[in-house]
Amino acid sequence: MPEAMLEVSNICKTFGGVRASRNVSLSVPDGKITSLIGPNGAGKTTLFAQITGFLKPDSGSIRFLGEDITGASPEEIAERGMIRTFQVVKPFAGQTVRDNIAVGAHLRIRSRRGALAKAEEVAREVGLGNRLDQDASSLTVAGRKRLEVARALATEPKLILFDEVLAGLNPSEIRDVIPVIRAVKDRGITILLIEHVMQAVMSLSEYTWVLNQGGLIAEGVPKDVVSDPHVIEAYLGKGMAERIAAREKADV
Amino acid sequence: MRTLIILAAVFAALGLVPFFVVSDVWLNIAIMVLYSALLGQAWNMLGGYGGQFSFGHAAFFGTGAYTVAVLQVQYGINPWIGLFAGGLAAVVVAAIIGYSTFRYGLKGSYFALVTLAFAEVLRILSNSVPITGAGVGLLIPLQVAPSNLQFADKGSYYWLVWAMALCAFAAACWIGNSRFGAQLMAVRDNEDAARALGVRAYSVKLRAIMLSGFFSGLGGVFYAQYFLYLDPHIAYGASVSIESLLVPIIGGIGTLFGPLLGAVVLHAISEVSRDLIGDVPGISLVLYGALLVVMVLFLPRGLAGLLIRRKAAPQNRKKQEAEHA
Ligand SMILES: Nc1ncnc2c1ncn2[C@@H]1O[C@H](COP(=O)(O)OP(=O)(O)O)[C@@H](O)[C@H]1O
Ligand SMILES: [Mg+2]
Repeated sequence: MPEAMLEVSNICKTFGGVRASRNVSLSVPDGKITSLIGPNGAGKTTLFAQITGFLKPDSGSIRFLGEDITGASPEEIAERGMIRTFQVVKPFAGQTVRDNIAVGAHLRIRSRRGALAKAEEVAREVGLGNRLDQDASSLTVAGRKRLEVARALATEPKLILFDEVLAGLNPSEIRDVIPVIRAVKDRGITILLIEHVMQAVMSLSEYTWVLNQGGLIAEGVPKDVVSDPHVIEAYLGKGMAERIAAREKADV
Repeated sequence: MRTLIILAAVFAALGLVPFFVVSDVWLNIAIMVLYSALLGQAWNMLGGYGGQFSFGHAAFFGTGAYTVAVLQVQYGINPWIGLFAGGLAAVVVAAIIGYSTFRYGLKGSYFALVTLAFAEVLRILSNSVPITGAGVGLLIPLQVAPSNLQFADKGSYYWLVWAMALCAFAAACWIGNSRFGAQLMAVRDNEDAARALGVRAYSVKLRAIMLSGFFSGLGGVFYAQYFLYLDPHIAYGASVSIESLLVPIIGGIGTLFGPLLGAVVLHAISEVSRDLIGDVPGISLVLYGALLVVMVLFLPRGLAGLLIRRKAAPQNRKKQEAEHA
């Protein structure tokens, strides 16, 4: 069996008393959309931060494209082709949409002209083509999410980790952004999504891991995972799985 | 491209000043304006484009100034060589300060305080070692000759500082239109987001402080050759550090022409206040302080911010109308 694109093995991380990652292992296959779900505070963002070099795991290892990247800097990891976005979007405020995206493009393109051209091309792809000269801070929340996607795309990545790109969007905006994410995958870029909204993940991803209190509690195809009693309890509290099952029986 | 043409036109016009201004008093003011613009642009490279506010640019300025002076006075080395040596020595100091702050992730007021501390340490050192003439200072012997980087006429000094300022402004123009500059501004606006996109934040900041230090060092060299006298307070005191940051803050930080605009305004205010109040010792620092407070409170984006906003407003209105239609 060929090695997965991203191989996370036995990651542990504690903050003071909080165990943010408990022995987490997962392997992200090439060319697919997969996802990591879990209630708020489960440790999803912390796991992303460790994978992308922003935090150092206490123990465990991370391999990307067959090489060990544990402890590498975020810059180096980005150069290798893995890019993360942020749950709390971080536009370069005061700079135009074009300039924002060009920062990503400059990872592979030295010339200013080339990077600006690339920025324009990517902006069109994500639906920001008519916002190029607008100040990034004047974008709506949905616009900023698109900008995060565009900046990541402009770096020509092999794998993008999206941290809650759909959070904070209303249903119609979510419907607009989902095709953008699909289009990223269709370009051959592998995607790992974090979401705490399960519905969105269901339609997008082929495989999902569920994190709760720092540890993986389930994994599999989304439709199986969401009916897993452990997952229901993690989201809705103890005893909920039984009650739902009882109600379903009563309905039948 | 357009900015480059405007920059070339502005400096071409500035280069003609000595042909039209014959009065030594006015020429001296013009020299001091360009000298302030040079120091301001140097600070602007790191503070404006890079968002790293230094309170200790005197560390670079003083090192440039002392290098050219000490080489001449103690070792008899030609000041033209000292000019480059001064710039390079300032780069070395900048690299040391950059390493000891950015490597350890110091930001904001911590960075500002460390730069201030470095300048203070250098001031105390230069006040105690014999090579700099200690507290007495260094007098560069008057030997007027172009080969000696001393000129009989103010016009030549003007062109010297003009050439230095031209280089600094060209460098700033390059920052505004290059990958390096894009990465520097990205680090300024959000370091984490920049790093996630592969920007090597530490290296970018280190290069910015070295570039900034170089031009500040050139400013120091000019000062030494123009006034032919240095002491620890002039070289490493707070005045230079404050002037360096005040000029771009008045004009508009992170903009190409902000430091020039700021230098003109600062000197206009100084001249007027000198006429009104007279030459009271220390008055310039009081004035600088007051100006700084006014700018930070009322015009944080400087005069350039005022101009840009006014220019941008009608465009936005047009765009909004178009969207509504
Ligand atoms: N820098 C930090 N210092 C201390 N605790 C942290 C830090 N970052 C995250 N945590 C804690 O780790 C846990 C996981 O947080 P996070 O990864 O943000 O969860 P999620 O993204 O799944 O909502 C939470 O309990 C949070 O309070
Ligand atoms: Mg999170």
